[in-house]
Amino acid sequence: MTTTTTGKIKGIIANLVLIEPNGPVRQNEICYLSTGAEDEKLIAEVIKISGNTVFAQVFDSTRGLQCGAEVAFSGSMLEVYLGPGLLSKNYDGLQNDLDKLEGLFLQRGKQAYPLNDTQLWQFEPLTQPGAVLSVGDWLGKVPEHGLQHMIMVPFDWQQRFTLQWIAPPGQYTIQETIAILADHNGKEHPLNMVRKWPVKLPLRAYRQKLRPQKLLETGIRIMDTLHPMLEGGTGFIPGPFGCGKTVLQQSIAKQADADVVVVAACGERANELVDIFAEFPELVDPRTGNKLIQRTVIIGNTSSMPVSAREASVYTAMTICEYYRNMGLRVLLLADSTSRWAQALREMANRLEDLPGPDAYPVDLPAVIANFYARAGVVQLNNGKTGSVTFIGTVSPAGGNFKEPVTEATKKSTRCFYALSQRRADSKRYPAIDPIESYSKYTEYPEFAAYMAKIAGNQWLQQVQQLKNYLLKGKEAADQINILGDDGVSIDFHLHYWRAELIDFVLLQQDAFDAVDQLTPLHRQQFMTGLCLYICNKNIVFANFVETRSFFKKIINTLRQMNYSEFKSDIFNSYSDEVNQLITLHLALQNNP
Amino acid sequence: MKLKPFQKRITKIENVTKATCMLLASEIGYEELALVDGRLAQVVKIKGSEVTLQVFAGAEGISNYAEVVFLGQAPSLAVSEKLNGRFLDAYGRPVDGGPEIEGIETETGSTSVNPVRRRQPNIPIFTGIAGIDLNNTLVAGQKIPFFADPDQPYNEVMATVALRANADKIILGGMGLTHDDYLYFKEEFRRAGALNKIIAFVNTSENPPVERLLIPDSALTAAEYFAVNHKEKVLVLLTDMTLYADALAIVANRMDQIPSKDSMPGSLYSDLARIYEKAVQFKDGGSITIIAVTTLSQGDITHAIPDNTGYITEGQLFLRKDPETGKVIIDPFRSLSRLKQLVIGKKTRQDHPQVMNAAIRLYADAAEARTKMENGFDLTDYDLRTLQFARAYNQQLLSVEVNLPMDAILDTVWQLFGQFFRKEEVSVKDELVNLYWKDNDATAISIQ
Ligand SMILES: Nc1ncnc2c1ncn2[C@@H]1O[C@H](COP(=O)(O)OP(=O)(O)O)[C@@H](O)[C@H]1O
Ligand SMILES: [Mg+2]
Repeated sequence: MTTTTTGKIKGIIANLVLIEPNGPVRQNEICYLSTGAEDEKLIAEVIKISGNTVFAQVFDSTRGLQCGAEVAFSGSMLEVYLGPGLLSKNYDGLQNDLDKLEGLFLQRGKQAYPLNDTQLWQFEPLTQPGAVLSVGDWLGKVPEHGLQHMIMVPFDWQQRFTLQWIAPPGQYTIQETIAILADHNGKEHPLNMVRKWPVKLPLRAYRQKLRPQKLLETGIRIMDTLHPMLEGGTGFIPGPFGCGKTVLQQSIAKQADADVVVVAACGERANELVDIFAEFPELVDPRTGNKLIQRTVIIGNTSSMPVSAREASVYTAMTICEYYRNMGLRVLLLADSTSRWAQALREMANRLEDLPGPDAYPVDLPAVIANFYARAGVVQLNNGKTGSVTFIGTVSPAGGNFKEPVTEATKKSTRCFYALSQRRADSKRYPAIDPIESYSKYTEYPEFAAYMAKIAGNQWLQQVQQLKNYLLKGKEAADQINILGDDGVSIDFHLHYWRAELIDFVLLQQDAFDAVDQLTPLHRQQFMTGLCLYICNKNIVFANFVETRSFFKKIINTLRQMNYSEFKSDIFNSYSDEVNQLITLHLALQNNP
Repeated sequence: MKLKPFQKRITKIENVTKATCMLLASEIGYEELALVDGRLAQVVKIKGSEVTLQVFAGAEGISNYAEVVFLGQAPSLAVSEKLNGRFLDAYGRPVDGGPEIEGIETETGSTSVNPVRRRQPNIPIFTGIAGIDLNNTLVAGQKIPFFADPDQPYNEVMATVALRANADKIILGGMGLTHDDYLYFKEEFRRAGALNKIIAFVNTSENPPVERLLIPDSALTAAEYFAVNHKEKVLVLLTDMTLYADALAIVANRMDQIPSKDSMPGSLYSDLARIYEKAVQFKDGGSITIIAVTTLSQGDITHAIPDNTGYITEGQLFLRKDPETGKVIIDPFRSLSRLKQLVIGKKTRQDHPQVMNAAIRLYADAAEARTKMENGFDLTDYDLRTLQFARAYNQQLLSVEVNLPMDAILDTVWQLFGQFFRKEEVSVKDELVNLYWKDNDATAISIQ
């Protein structure tokens, strides 16, 4: 893996440098550029080799760089460090520990080691000398914030190994040897707790990939009930600016039932990262009682940080996810926004003078996106256990128009589509997920239906279908009323319209900033769905559309009060009684006018 | 910026375009400054010995035998307290007749703040303009533009906001500012007795367009000096960022870059983000708040400039003329302050979030009623009441002429609710209704 290739810079265009090497160079190899300043080395990645010219993207500002400057090639691709201590860290896109970097401002060419070499971890062996082991097998474990962090056989060790020695239970640093393995030639390989992996290559080391089947509960009603995301599933959230992509992703990050959550802030606002820094250490994960930050890893490459590192940031995040997945954990990756990564690729393609594809994006953009989403999934590990990486990315379409390359390519690579609608956002119907245009392909999976029947009862998916039917009918009715006017349609149209409004206001809309409303567990979603369907299915007759509206406005208002109240609390129950009274009262009037 | 004397001299230019020139030179640093026939220029591309320079004042009249002097440094600004009250050009040279600024020479366009060294913004900025304070509350450390058609009074509104914002320092970055507007700002600041806390970097429409590219970096370098070294609350005004982006497009075009949407460079998002992300709340109290102007053409916010801006900034304030009342209002639908939830109901009265949302929902109902009316349909009693509400809401709250304290704004909304609606039509949490609802006898009559 080691080379001694060096080179000299012979061109600089923003963050692209042209290098003349004196030996072999590999695609995606990392190299270091001298700026002339003492111990300031800029990291760059080879992105094209053409004749005797190497093109490299610099993960930093190139200000002051000169032609003729020395370049040292590293022989390896961009790698991340994997080991105990990743959880609750704040990294940049290249896995520098942001908390360790000195100063108010980021400084060029400064690196900060992502792990802690002196901290002690309580190691417990899981195998015995003599055991035959292969890639990814669990050697031992250390507790990390309530999780079992598995120490595994390195992911690029392709043969079988025999365990010669394993450390007894006790306290070790990540650099201490905890096992010695012998290869088939009898050569001994000592191992500590740190692994490395090149981010652009999928970390596999599993037996097989499975189809997702289990609901990933998020507490967000329109997702869990209508368009569910599954453990190991893929989905994306496209939407014009201000429609709620980030708020939705942050809600998912806070509430989703996952063991580990990796948040990749890719080319977006620094203040949105600060929200996470400020809130996650305070918020409690209701399922474990731990602080949310303890299950979270943050990869922050915000919009004013070096553009090339945006691409690296999503790969860094995915690699950390795959690593925890191989411990048999359920991992969730959220990336906001994948469009910024695509734009970084576009900026670079432009500087390389590559032939542009649609909207000047690189021609291979769809393939790049598809390959990335394909790294998500449920896997069965070599020991039979399962682990998963669920991936939800946001997309920021130019002009809010979904007919653009990034949205289209992502739609082909994902199974769930959460389309944010400008109209819904404008009328503050949050989350602004369009209930009709959006979909989850997983609802067609028989194994998912079986799973839901088990956890939510046999009627559940039928009830969901009823909700969808009401929403569709309501939309048709709304269109007709718009064309023909309130008086131009029969009272039935108004009834359809208001039933859909009821479902919209009570089930679909959800205030992400209200302490109670923001998180609705599945059983509460089932309760409210049942109640809404009960009202919609009730044979209620109205004299005219004004009466229809006034009845529904009242009942919607009361149902919303229920959403704001603690489930099954006295106040919740009293609103529930009020709903029944409204119906009884109306039925009495309708039968004895 | 101060220019150091002699570095490297070249007297042959290979090729000249409108805004760039290319020559042969070695040992030149990327982004280094140079003087081309006395005009400031910056290295934007190096390929072997071919060095391309962007000439800020434009390359008109430059001869291929002009003298080029390399300065061996990137753009910089002298910062010190002597900046207070000064009016400077894009290069940081005084245009107010005063002396050169003395201070610490500081590189502009520096790196960003480490995200972990930021504090979550939580200090509201009140402007008295209810369309802002109620629906789009501003917070120190925020970055937010006005989106406005060229005929809207955006500079006037921005000046009003700046003067009421209670900032320690106001830094104006004028790009392509008309001379009239430049004098207007000067006069407004003088009348308010605020001249000593103003610093202005101005490129007027009479100056070469590419010079504008220097303005935001200079303004923000000065802002960082006061926010970091003096822990001041700095407000930076950038007008008009559309003209800034146009200048970026000119340069990109001269460098034969493949344009993306609307002839803008593919790097527009990153270029604008680099500027806007300078907005920050530091942990020790200093802050930089950026209020910008992005002019629209025919209200089109899908154009690449407002579109990329909206994806970067923390909301936008949309100026629109309400045809019925003739007032310029802050449009509640398209406007947004993304930081408002950090302060509303916390630093303002508890009913603020719900009151704000309820009023906008009713305003949306009014918009639908208006569509119905325009399509010739009969209006219900509810429709009519929403229309009356919308009229009063426009006049008493959304108009940019309004100047009310926060609690008075909230009370006004409750008063309008009581005047036009029943409690359940407003759909606000019962506990708040019980506290704040203002009954109005007129309601009883207008509702059957
Ligand atoms: N579920 C929600 N509940 C309440 N407000 C929301 C919700 N989603 C979005 N918003 C509002 O919309 C604004 C913009 O949301 P954000 O997620 O930042 O948009 P985007 O990332 O799509 O640009 C937020 O600041 C907030 O005011
Ligand atoms: Mg966002």
